Amino acid sequence: MQDLVNIFVKSIFIDNMVFAYFLGMCSYLAVSKTVKTSVGLGAAVIFVLIITVPVDYLLDTYILSEGALVWIGPEYASVDLSFLSFIMFIAIIASMVQLVEMIVEKFSPTLYASLGIFLPLIAVNCAILGGSLFMQQKEFNSITEATVYGLGSGVGWFLAIVAIAAIREKIKYSNVPPALRGLGITFIITGLMAIAFMTFMGIKL
Amino acid sequence: MSVDKQEREPLFSPKNIKLLTNPLNKDNPITTQVLGICSALAVTVKLEPAIVMSLSVMVVLSAGNVIISLLRNSIPSRIRIIVQLVVIAALVILVDQVLKAYAYEVSKQLSVFVGLIITNCIIMGRFEAFAMGNKPWPALLDGIGNGIGYGWILIAVAFFRELFGSGTLFGLTIIPQGFYDFGYVNNGLVILPPMALFAVGAIIWIQRSRDKELIES
Repeated sequence: MQDLVNIFVKSIFIDNMVFAYFLGMCSYLAVSKTVKTSVGLGAAVIFVLIITVPVDYLLDTYILSEGALVWIGPEYASVDLSFLSFIMFIAIIASMVQLVEMIVEKFSPTLYASLGIFLPLIAVNCAILGGSLFMQQKEFNSITEATVYGLGSGVGWFLAIVAIAAIREKIKYSNVPPALRGLGITFIITGLMAIAFMTFMGIKL
Repeated sequence: MSVDKQEREPLFSPKNIKLLTNPLNKDNPITTQVLGICSALAVTVKLEPAIVMSLSVMVVLSAGNVIISLLRNSIPSRIRIIVQLVVIAALVILVDQVLKAYAYEVSKQLSVFVGLIITNCIIMGRFEAFAMGNKPWPALLDGIGNGIGYGWILIAVAFFRELFGSGTLFGLTIIPQGFYDFGYVNNGLVILPPMALFAVGAIIWIQRSRDKELIES
């Protein structure tokens, strides 16, 4: 249990997808104009991560990594399919995103319209594939740990995008130099937030 | 990668040249289109990985653009994302294996970010915005143009970060020892992730001050 809490907290704050690894920056910058849409996108990212990370974990442990195919028969022990992991992971992610897109379109047409092209682009949100690739690197022991990691990363991303959206809503009333308006100032604010998040780096879990 | 369809208009007509040069400044993928930011920020601590990364992205983007453009009339629109991703993933696996074979050290430094070229929105974004509706030759030019536009930002950011952060360029010491004797210190903050954000912010600031059209209202 202790381990799970550690993984959870670590993936939210210390290894925050946005502030520590810059993953999912494109949609983070483009969809964070209002809090409402960013909450929608953040929730969709959490949802997709919770499903894809464990599925990719199973795929990695039982099919792709070296010696994983032993369960079929001892003669498969030397098979190493890990070079296929990119294409397998992305296939899982793309199909999950297509599913989420259909669900959102059905149940919340307004959210669907406001997310626009960025909903299908969750498929290419680096945070999702990044979650799976980091999961592969971290070599978790069980599927529960992988799931908790997926949840934590998703929540971290959610926090980041909602925070920046709130700041951007307020900064509309400030007198920013014209050339910095919009994208430029968002970069700089994100940099400041990333410095703030660096304070978590000293925490040993 | 060969272009098998012959064009009526000359290969380098003004329109086609525009495809190549626009992404360098006015239509830059990073500063204007907001595509491909993640990798741009993460691999720019040193010049060498930044250059390798830009080249990889350029290869994947231009090859992928041509492939998608050739296939554009036979891809059903509902499953186009999966088709596009399969094309990208296949190309990225090729690049990854080549890097592992010939530039192992750099490939280690780039770690997961080579894999993340798959999800580099610049590639998907150009497929959607350009290759799905254009012939292979313009698509190739668009791919190369955007690849260069992406690359020069990466290299510019990496240049400043390596120079001020480590005092080196390509791993060779540039700042003379005399500076250090006078008390010059490498700025450790520049190596840390947030500095990349400030650097890109500054590039955007400069670009938009020079080109008033780009200013957001």
